[in-house]
Amino acid sequence: MSDKKTLGEMLTERGVSRRSFLKYASYTASILALPPTAATAIAQGIANARRQSVIWLSFQECTGCTESITRAHAPSIEDLIFDFISLDYHHTLQNASGHLAEEARMQAMKDNAGEYIVIVDGSVPLKDDGIYSTIAGITNLQMLEETCRDAFAVISVGSCATFGGIPGANPNPTGAVPVSDIITDKPVINISGCPPIPEAMTGTIAYLLSFGSVPELDHLGRPKAFFGEAIHDRCYRRPFYERGMFAKSFDDEGARQGWCLFEVGCKGPVSYNACATLKWNGGVSFPIQSGHGCLGCSEPGFWDMGGFYKPLSTAKGDPLQWAGGAAVAGAAIGAASAAIARNKRNKVMKEGK
Amino acid sequence: MELLEFARGPVLTFAITVFIAGITYRVFSLFLMWRTKDSSAGRKRSRSAFASAVREVIRRLWPQAVYQQRTMFELVNGYVFHIGLAIIVFLLAPHIVFIKDLVGLSWPALPNNVVYAVSIITMVSLIAALVMRIANPPQRLISTFDDWFSWIVTFLPVLTGVIATSHLGARYETLLALHILSVALLLIWIPFGKLMHFFLVFVTRSQTGAHLSHRGAQL
Repeated sequence: MSDKKTLGEMLTERGVSRRSFLKYASYTASILALPPTAATAIAQGIANARRQSVIWLSFQECTGCTESITRAHAPSIEDLIFDFISLDYHHTLQNASGHLAEEARMQAMKDNAGEYIVIVDGSVPLKDDGIYSTIAGITNLQMLEETCRDAFAVISVGSCATFGGIPGANPNPTGAVPVSDIITDKPVINISGCPPIPEAMTGTIAYLLSFGSVPELDHLGRPKAFFGEAIHDRCYRRPFYERGMFAKSFDDEGARQGWCLFEVGCKGPVSYNACATLKWNGGVSFPIQSGHGCLGCSEPGFWDMGGFYKPLSTAKGDPLQWAGGAAVAGAAIGAASAAIARNKRNKVMKEGK
Repeated sequence: MELLEFARGPVLTFAITVFIAGITYRVFSLFLMWRTKDSSAGRKRSRSAFASAVREVIRRLWPQAVYQQRTMFELVNGYVFHIGLAIIVFLLAPHIVFIKDLVGLSWPALPNNVVYAVSIITMVSLIAALVMRIANPPQRLISTFDDWFSWIVTFLPVLTGVIATSHLGARYETLLALHILSVALLLIWIPFGKLMHFFLVFVTRSQTGAHLSHRGAQL
């Protein structure tokens, strides 16, 4: 439930020093690519904010996004986000279950009408009236529409909620769609990734709390602070790409030397995320650093981009699927046109005689 | 991303299919075409028809002294953009990967920056060729749609490739998609316009050599 105290008062009560709070504000400002002066604004904004009610809806998903946010790499800082918010409904993290859980959701919606934030992970099935995923006797579609009706903002986390993800991949048997296809009357912030970077999720929530507004978004509704640059442009292996030094397989000399993974299917050039800068697990590493190409998991339809290990510059599918038929057809038409020309000529020659 | 997937998928498949069908159509219709039977005995040949054909192919790689002065720029410029295009198409790593995926053959690549520099030179050279065509009244007069359009479809893939590499103006996936779409346009046009010389240049020169030698020309 939302607390009537301000977050500043709550943090003081919990013994969080002003110094560590300002450190958090500065950190948040920096990962959001805001100027240093914004740290003060964030600190003031959060200190004066009331505890934000958050309802977390999980639909067709794998709970990886929750795993990610709860494994944020700087616990002393990331724990703060759970102090800032009142997580009133979350399948994995809440104690309540069954009708008590649903009552908690209803109560939060009633108490914080127009002010609560809805976070969604997972896609929403629409096929056959949405029967492929139901919670508490209602479909995901019904629950989403009902819960978002009085929400202040909606945050889609993970590639399933933002773009359909794996449930939405070809042939999409459940008719899965992203949240933004359904909720069109209020801001939907997309934080894509499979899973998203924890700081991208917590940083966006902190921004909403601090400024009471939606951060600058790209054309896919993602915060530009985290999704503004391609992984390729920030990749430490980029110089090898420019020099034409590529790993040809995962166990060759190039791979051992840490050369560019473009030829083994890295999708870094078309993937926008902060993996190469924020990294994962306390800034330890990210997929490319551990030797595997980027899958492009933060991009729409990443599952259907033609294969994880097919280089980006290759054709998708089999471009030669009709090559044999095309050659035969071309030869036949060519031969026929030559025959017609010969015939015509012979006719003219005969008439000439 | 959807545009890129559309370009890498159905568009490229369609373009390659049309390219193959078009090339086989042109080759078959040309080689099966009737040829006027030359009933004359022909002049005394100094060498065989085959040798004359090969000789003509080699001879035409460089103009005769009398023309050199006047055509030097076109000649050098022509070589610059032809060699440039060959380097871009066959020695850029992402292109080699594309070819390898298609036919299974691969070879060492040049560094991307080198190919980038070659691309700029090629573009300047292609623009020079266009300026020459426009500036020279007789050449402009005899230019047809085929000439102008062939220039555009040749220039566009180089331009879009350079822009994509430089990340200018739009997101990389959009630029890459435009590059692939421009290549698709080129592939579709090659069999049906003058760019077919890509396949036929040595065929036609051989034919000319054999024919002229039959008529007694000293090649």
